[in-house]
Parts: sequence; C-alpha cells; structure tokens
Amino acid sequence: MTDTAASDYTLAELMIVAGAECFRGEGEVLATGIGALQRLAASLAMRTFCPDLMMTDSEAWLLSAPNAVSGRKPGAAQAQETWMGFSRIFDNVWSGKRHALVGPSQIDVFAQTNISALGGTYAQPKAMMLGVRGFPGNSISHRNSFMVPSHSTRVFVDGECDTVCSIGYNPARLPRGYSFDDIKIGRVITDLCVIDWGGRNYSPRLVSTHPGISVDQVVENTGFTLEINGEPPLTPAPTPEQLAIIAELDPKGIRAFQLKDNPAGDRR
Amino acid sequence: MNKLRSAAEAISQIQSGMTIGIGGWGPRRKPMALVRELLRTDVTDLTVVAYGGADIGLLCASGKVKKLVFAFVSLDFIPLEPHFRAARQAGEIEVMEVDEGMLLLGLRAAAWGCPYIPTQIGLGTDVIRNSPDLKLVDSPYDDKEWVAMPALNLDVSLIHVERADSRGVCQIKGPDLYMDDLYARAAKHTIVSCDELVDTDYFHAGDEARYVHWERAQTDAVVHIPGGAHPSSCTPLYGFDVAHFKEYAGSAKDERGIAGYLDKYVSGLTEDDYQHAVGGLDAIRALPLPVY
Repeated sequence: MTDTAASDYTLAELMIVAGAECFRGEGEVLATGIGALQRLAASLAMRTFCPDLMMTDSEAWLLSAPNAVSGRKPGAAQAQETWMGFSRIFDNVWSGKRHALVGPSQIDVFAQTNISALGGTYAQPKAMMLGVRGFPGNSISHRNSFMVPSHSTRVFVDGECDTVCSIGYNPARLPRGYSFDDIKIGRVITDLCVIDWGGRNYSPRLVSTHPGISVDQVVENTGFTLEINGEPPLTPAPTPEQLAIIAELDPKGIRAFQLKDNPAGDRR
Repeated sequence: MNKLRSAAEAISQIQSGMTIGIGGWGPRRKPMALVRELLRTDVTDLTVVAYGGADIGLLCASGKVKKLVFAFVSLDFIPLEPHFRAARQAGEIEVMEVDEGMLLLGLRAAAWGCPYIPTQIGLGTDVIRNSPDLKLVDSPYDDKEWVAMPALNLDVSLIHVERADSRGVCQIKGPDLYMDDLYARAAKHTIVSCDELVDTDYFHAGDEARYVHWERAQTDAVVHIPGGAHPSSCTPLYGFDVAHFKEYAGSAKDERGIAGYLDKYVSGLTEDDYQHAVGGLDAIRALPLPVY
C-alpha cells in the first residue's frame, strides 16, 4: 500500500479511515463496529493492517473475512468460521479480547458516554434513547472507541453525561480496587477531528483536525476543555487503495447517506 | 404428557402482579402472538424482563407494565422504540436498567438457583446508582468491589420457537437462540409457541436433536401458532415485517396513540383475524430474511 493520499474523497470515507486507525496494534480481538461507518472502519482495518482481527456478520457467526455492509442478498455465502450468537458475545466481551467502535449520544470530559436517558429526571427523562445496552460491560472489559457524526456541545457535554452508561476516567466513580490503567479508551472520530484521552492524567486531547477544520471550530463545539499541543496535524486522507477497499466493502454506497449532505472530505 | 394448549388457555396462567420473561431479541423471534393474547386479558401490574422490542412497546402502551427490567428496547432498523419511549418519558413505568450481559447473568442465576452472580459489569456507571435493586459486595478472594447481579426469578416465560412436539421438545434452528434457554430455565412456568408442530420422531433423524437447547421438563405449555412471531422475524422461516413495524411505530404519532393499532390488530380479535389483517400466513412466510 502506498502512502499517496487521494485528492477526491468524502468526509465519510475520511472518518472510515480514521476509524480504522483505532484498531491499529490490536491483534486477535473481536472488532465490533455498530453503524455503517463504524463497521466499514473495522472491516477496512481487518482487510489491511490488522489481518488478525475477528469480526461477526452482525448476526450470529464469526467471519474469516468481513462481509460487505451493503448489497448482500439474504442467505448469501459468507466466510463463517465459528458460531457467535449473542450469549457467546458476552463470553468474548468478558475475556477482554474485543474492541468496539460505537456511536454514543453524549460523551463527557471523563470519556464516560450515554446512550440511555437524556434530560429531565431518570424517572422521567426528557428523551429516552436505547437503554444502556452493552456499554457498562464493554467499558469495564475491553477498549472502546467512538464515532460522532455531528460534533457539537450537545454530544461533547459540559459536566457529566445525563446517564453514565460506560465507565471512564472519573476519579469520583473509580471502583474500589481499580486504577485508570484498567480502563481502556481508544479514540473518538468526529466529523471535525480525532480526540483521545492521552493527555495529562487521562485528560482529553486533540489528536488531529480534519482538512479544512480549525482548532477554534473544534473548541467551540466541545463542551469541555481539550488538551491542545501546538497546531495539531491533519487527519490523514484516504489512499486510493483504501478507497478501493471501502468501495468493495460497500458496493451500494450506503456510506454516502450516513452524514448530512455527504460532505467532501477536504473542506479547505 | 400432552402440553398442547390454546393461546388463551396457556396465557391464563399469567396473573396480575407476576414477573414474566419474554424471549427473543429486539425485532427477532419474539412470541408476539402470545403477547397479543396477553394484551387481550385484564392482567396488569406486570414486571417484565426482556431484550425488548415491540413486545415491550405494546405492553407499555397498553398499561400492563408496572416495572421493566431491560438493557434496551429497540426495533433495530427503527432504533428507538416509540411506545416504550413514550412510557419512559411520561414516567409511567418503574425500571431496572441493566447491561445486556447482566440480564443474562440474572437469568442464569435464577436458572441455577443462586441469589446472585458477582460481576464487574456496571461498576463506575449509573446502572448501579439508578437501581436500588443492585447491591455491591465484597469478594472473599480479592479486595475489589463487585456488583451482585440478582437472580431474575420469573413466574412465567413466553418464548417462540420454530418447531416443537406436544411433549415440549423445542427446536430453534435459526442462527441464534438468544437467551431463550435461560428464559426457559429461569421461569417456574414456560409457555412456548411454535411455528410448526411435529411428531417426536422428527427429532430422531440426523442431527435435528442438536438444535434442541433445553430439555422438555423446562417447557410447560406448547401453543401451535404458525407465523406466531410476526411482525418479528423467525429465521430461517421468515424475516421481520418492515412495513408493519413502520405502521406500528407510526401509531405513536396518532392522536389516539396505540389505540388505533390495537383496534385494527388486537382488541376483540383472534390471531386468525390478525393474520388475515396482515395478509395471511403465506405473506408472513414470504417475508424476506433480514440481511445485517
């Protein structure tokens, strides 16, 4: 694979490539992407620099090679190698051999996230979302990364999440017998930038900005303070080879419908 | 022992105030015909345990639910279940909101006769703050704190399977049995609806018995309802009904809420009426299998 960047790519494709980077260095772990871009990111990583990743068909089988995320017919052949129904997913989760890339409704300064109750009181929330799903167990068992299609202070909240669904680096909530080293947060890929918690004392840090996005734009749309060390690098653009693999994994092009108006990747 | 019952006979086991478990997952292999039968009764004040889909939305919107034990309620392709949301946002139901895996552990504890199973899941989150039912415990083997996920003891479980015999041998050949084996074991009384009723010797051939996930002593009643999972899927027999789910979800925006949907499909009607209204069994069986 060459390092030559493509000149024509969409923001969705940039985010897929940045999302794939979340998995770099992972070995034989189950890569779970929930959502089309997340699944494409995990699949791209498995198809390129992380061949040892494991992946499911999003139903009940572990695959030796990722399925396409679009254009598959019911009952189409797939490279299944192991049964992986929901009950066995939990056996895998609790082994720690997993890395999930998911899309929370809220993320706070501690890397805690929320996909359940928003606003109001817990007994009567203003907006009820999915419920905590597997977030509590995922977060204390294995590394998690996040994708946010619309970076705003509504997602990156000031203060704690309305409902804390996943454990993060909050000293007030650290369970007895645990240290922050036990909690593994990967990256957040947004439509503006990449963030991780590799700052001082596990504080959030701006890793890169997407082409055409200023640091000020990121700061304005984030409800908590990010550690920013000088002028952050640009998020790397996809290579032609990466774009070809993404197109192969998504032949019907559903990636074009995941972000409002399907913006260009380079907004300079 | 002949365990064959009509849906009404089987559901008459359920009384107000009971704790019931519902098998399946989101929009997948839910015992929807049994749920519709339950909606036709005057039972109320139920505690319901489920990986929730339209089963939970319907029971909430019909005022059957006192308390919900859940990790999510979702129709997958319609991520947010509107009738469940409405009940939560009106503050109408008590909840015990747990992680998907904790729900599994609670069912397993009940199945194994344990008061709880210790787990790290929930530590550091609002799961342990929001549920007074959840306690932390010390371990005799280390210095950490642990969440004691309590047994989810069920009075009655409702499950839909592909086929069963009249003695309660149940087969799920679809790719995932979800936690249905645990629902069967966690309940005092398990009611199973089946798409196909078969003779016992069906299971003697080849590896058919490999797809039987709990022994018949865990099944108390068998109800033969072809298409009984509709509008949820029963892979490989039929997929979920996208159009029907859209109509169901859309009813949340109606002035009368769920009432119009219930009038059309449930209230004062039989399951035959329901199947006629949704296009008949052939139409159900023709629903394409989901592709994920």
